[in-house]
This record gives sequence, C-alpha cells and structure tokens, in this order.
Amino acid sequence: MNEEVLEMTTLHPDNQADGQAGVRSTPLSTVSRDHLGAWDFRRKLINRLFMTLLVFASLLAIVPLLSVFMYVLQQGLPALDFSFFTHLPAPVGELGGGMGNAVAGTLILVGIASLLGIPIGIACGIYLAEYGNRPQGGKLAATLTFTIDLLASVPSIIIGLFAYAVLVVPMRRFSGYAGGAALAVIMIPTIARSTEELLKMVPTHIREAGLALGIPRWKVILRIVLRGSMSGITTGVMLSVARAAGETAPLLFTSLNSRFWPTGLDQPISSLPVQIYTYAISPYEEWHRQAWAGALLLVSFVFIFNLLTRLALGRPTRSRD
Amino acid sequence: MAIQQPKKQRDIHKGDRRFYLSLRAVGLLVILIFSAIVIQLARLSAPALHHFGLGFLFESNWDPVNEKFGAASFLFGTLVSSLIALVISVPVSVGVALFLTELAPKRVANFMGFLVEMLAAIPSIVYGLWGVFVLAPILRTMVEPFLKHHLGFLPLFQGAPYGVGMMAAGIILAIMITPTISAICREVFSAVSNAQREAALALGATRWEMIRLSVLRGVRPGILGAVVLGFGRALGETMAVTMVIGNRPDISPSLFAPAQTMASVIANEYAEATSDLHLSALAAIGLSLFAVSLVINSSARLLIWNFERPSRLGSAK
Repeated sequence: MNEEVLEMTTLHPDNQADGQAGVRSTPLSTVSRDHLGAWDFRRKLINRLFMTLLVFASLLAIVPLLSVFMYVLQQGLPALDFSFFTHLPAPVGELGGGMGNAVAGTLILVGIASLLGIPIGIACGIYLAEYGNRPQGGKLAATLTFTIDLLASVPSIIIGLFAYAVLVVPMRRFSGYAGGAALAVIMIPTIARSTEELLKMVPTHIREAGLALGIPRWKVILRIVLRGSMSGITTGVMLSVARAAGETAPLLFTSLNSRFWPTGLDQPISSLPVQIYTYAISPYEEWHRQAWAGALLLVSFVFIFNLLTRLALGRPTRSRD
Repeated sequence: MAIQQPKKQRDIHKGDRRFYLSLRAVGLLVILIFSAIVIQLARLSAPALHHFGLGFLFESNWDPVNEKFGAASFLFGTLVSSLIALVISVPVSVGVALFLTELAPKRVANFMGFLVEMLAAIPSIVYGLWGVFVLAPILRTMVEPFLKHHLGFLPLFQGAPYGVGMMAAGIILAIMITPTISAICREVFSAVSNAQREAALALGATRWEMIRLSVLRGVRPGILGAVVLGFGRALGETMAVTMVIGNRPDISPSLFAPAQTMASVIANEYAEATSDLHLSALAAIGLSLFAVSLVINSSARLLIWNFERPSRLGSAK
C-alpha cells in the first residue's frame, strides 16, 4: 500500500498540473484500492504503448536506408562491370559504355579539393585548439570559430555559385579548378572542427612535458600533439573526403560535365554525381541502369569509409564519458 | 593549453612565431573566403535586385522568356517542403534518440547509431535517384490515391497524383534530416544526469514516466535547437529535392502538385541561363537562401549552446 500511495502523490497528473506535488484536494484515504489498480494499469499500458512507439520510430528511420541499399545493389550490380570503369558513355541508343571518365573526373576533383582543403582545414583546427585561448589570439579565434560554424551551414549550391563567380566568370570557362575549389571550401569546416575537437582532447600535461624538455612549441604541436591524434584526424579527413566525393550541387555549374576523358584542369570535367544526375533525369532505360551502377559505386565508397573509421575509432568523439 | 611564455624565451624559438603567424594567416584566409562568398553573391545578384527591388521576393511570376522574375513561388516551395519534412521527421527523430539513449542495450544502440549515421552519409544524389525510381512510383500508385480517396475533401490532397511533387520532396527531406535531428537530440538527452533518471525510477515511475519527467522536461530548448538545425539543413538541400519535386514554379495548396524550391531552381537553370538578368535573378535567389540559412542556423546554434553550456560544465567533472 505504501508504494502505491507514493506513486499517487508524485505521479498523479492532478498533482503535476498545479505544480503542488503531494498536495491533493481529496485525502488519500478516500481513494479506493480499485481506483489505484485501474490507475496503475493505465500507467503501465501507456508505458508499453510509448516504448513500442520508440522502437517503431527507430525501425521506421532505418527502412529508407535498407531500401536505398537494396535498390542500389539490385539495380546497380548488374550494370557495374569492367567496362563501366574503362569506357566512355555510349551515345543514346547504343548499349554498353561506361562512366570511366566520370570516375576519373571525380578522383581528380576530389584530389584538387583535398590538396587545398585538407591543409587549410587542419591548420584552422590547430590554430583554434592550440592558440584559441591565448589572449592575443582570442579575437581572431572567436571570429574563426563563428565563421567555420557559418561556413558549415552554407548550402553547397551556394558554394557552387561562389566558385562560379570567382573562377568560372574570370576564366570564361567551366573548369576542373572551379569544381575542385568548390569542393575544397565544403571540406574545410568539417576538417577544421574535427581536428580542433581531437586536439582539445589531448591533455595539457603532454604539451607541458614537451615544453619542459625545451622543445619549441611548434615542434611540440606538430610532432607530439598532432602526431598523437593522427588516427582521429585522418578519420575526420576521410569522412569529409567521402562527403565531398558525393557532392553534386556545387559541380553543376563549375566543372559542368563532359563526354570525354579529362584532358586538362582548365576544361569542363565529368564527375560521378553529375553524370548520375544527367542519366537519372534522362528518359533512357540504359542510362538509368548506368546511373544505378554509379550510385552503387558512390554508396559503397561512402559505406566502406564510414565502416573503416568506425572500426578504427570505435565510438568517435564520445570518449569523454 | 594556454601556456604563456615569457617574452625573452620567444626569441630562442624563432620557429614558434613563424608557425603561429602562418596558422593565423590560414585562419584569416578562411574568414576572407567566407566574406568573399557574401560579397560575390551580392555582386552577382545586384542587377536583379536593382531591377526588381524588394518586390522580387513577393512576386510569384517566373518567366525567363519574357524576363519576368519573382521568387515567391520558390520561397513557398522551400518553406513548405521543409515544413513537411519537419512534421514527419521530428517525432521519428526524437523517438530514435530516446530509443538509443534510454531503451536500447549498448550494443544495439551502437549498431543502430551507426545505421542512422549512414543515413546521413549517403549522398544526396543517391537519395534523388531512389526518390525518382522507388519513392515516386510508390506515392503515385499507392499513397496518393489512398489519401485522395479518404481525405480528398481537404485541399491538401486534391489534384492528380503525379508521384513527383511537394509530398515526395517533403518525404525525401524528412529522411535526410532525421540523422541530424536525432544525433543532436541524442547528445542533449545524454547530457541529462543519471541521478535524475534514478530519482524518478526510485519513486516508482514507469520508464515512460521517467523519460517524460526527468529527461524530456528539462531539454526542450535543446530539442528545439535540433529541430531548427534540421530545418536549416532541409532549406539548403538541393539535388534530391530537385529530382523529385517536379520543378514547376507554382503555388498550389495541394501536396501532390509539382513545385520548386530556391535551391532546385538554381540547380536547374543556372548552367543553362543565357540572359544576364536571368543569371542575376538566380543569384539573388541564392543570396536570399544564404541569408535565410544563416539566420536559421545561427539561431539553432544559440539555442543549443545556451542549453548545453551549463550542463556540459556540470558533467565534465
């Protein structure tokens, strides 16, 4: 009986509503046991109901993922053969052909983006983690943190417009440079953030130990702090590279598309996502098949990268608790 | 971290100063890039804004042939598709987050967490492809006729079921923002101290009562922040939406009708636009999208920060 009374006083909705826990208009003794039993039953029923709903919500969230995987495998696998990687797209009406130029183009674009974006991102991360708290670095560091947050939230198509304005318009042509630069800008904030977070987890005494040995601070940062977090930083970098490889919107009007093998970086360059887009909105059955094959390639790339980083890190960034 | 070095020592390690200055330079470069984005967008869109003024945002006529440009239908498309996404995604995401933090055994939670992360990692273009060939046919043949039959008296569910349209875009967006919202909710929920949970359970609360009383009650601003952040992501999402929304600049009350968003019109027309005014009008849409997403995202950040800061400090030690 005691337990039930306790439940009544703390959890009865009447009590919560007026915020006076434990104060009831009717004395407890007037509430019959039957009432308590029914009330208890209702509580347990509601509990069951909501627990089921939570499980259901989780399953519902996973359904699209499974469906995407299933269709990409089922539709893409038959079209993903050797010639997919070695051939140029076939003209309309002809069977066969591949996306070799798009695969090569994506590698080139992601290469340019990595060359530009990874060093800049890591440098920003180091600056924020190592010098962010210093009084003289304070103002710039605060601005940079804010900027990186904002930059991460800019829609990728806007980055494409930016690359168009500063690279395509002055050069008077769509080019691989413009596409690569757009992807680099997209990579910078993710890399900077993950680097900063990882470096901040390195205990201060490690830095102090290095400095106490008379090692210059920059060497302490590069050779001790950075090296110690290398696996984590690589993970962050890999994830952002995988993300950049799948970006379509910023490439639509920077690197455009091409039906030929890449010949120069100052030329329009084909890329896997743009090629998938072109094929998907075309009316041709054969092209749809190729689009699915391209999607399979992208998804497996992303999946493998995520799985590898997961295995390498266990649970990322949550090591604090 | 903030180790102050006496002035004398700085001369011993000349490399330090150079290292510091070059890092600073890179930081400045990134700030410059961001300001350049703002400036260039403004520059690109200046002719259109000059020509049409602020009325650009409220005029719904979009006619590139006759050089009449107004962004209202795209604003409508962006807002409505993102709102549909929120309506679908928020309950699911909060449910996922609660399941992962409160209910699931650690192993299950880890595995499910990975799957939800994968949902975020799949490229937009793949969702688009899936939307065109899997989702849209399902909507066209099953869901939309069903809704029309049973709820057809509402203006929301009238018109021909095309499959592609506002509803498809909303659903795709919902799928894409679920990982964002649930990841932040998860973090917010796990910041609630266990003592609070144990207190509720000790008083005889059922699990759901515990969740309602000790988890959900205090974290509303955090959930709101997650929702706003998800909204911000939905606003800027381009490719998947472009592929399933039908791309017609109409304002229709029906969820079945094709529409167009700010991002999708830029993706569709920018590479092919020929007249300067058309290009500039598209850039002006980009500028408004940029402004909206900055406002939305910074307010989300503020909400989450305000919520997380004190509790983080409390739980760190």
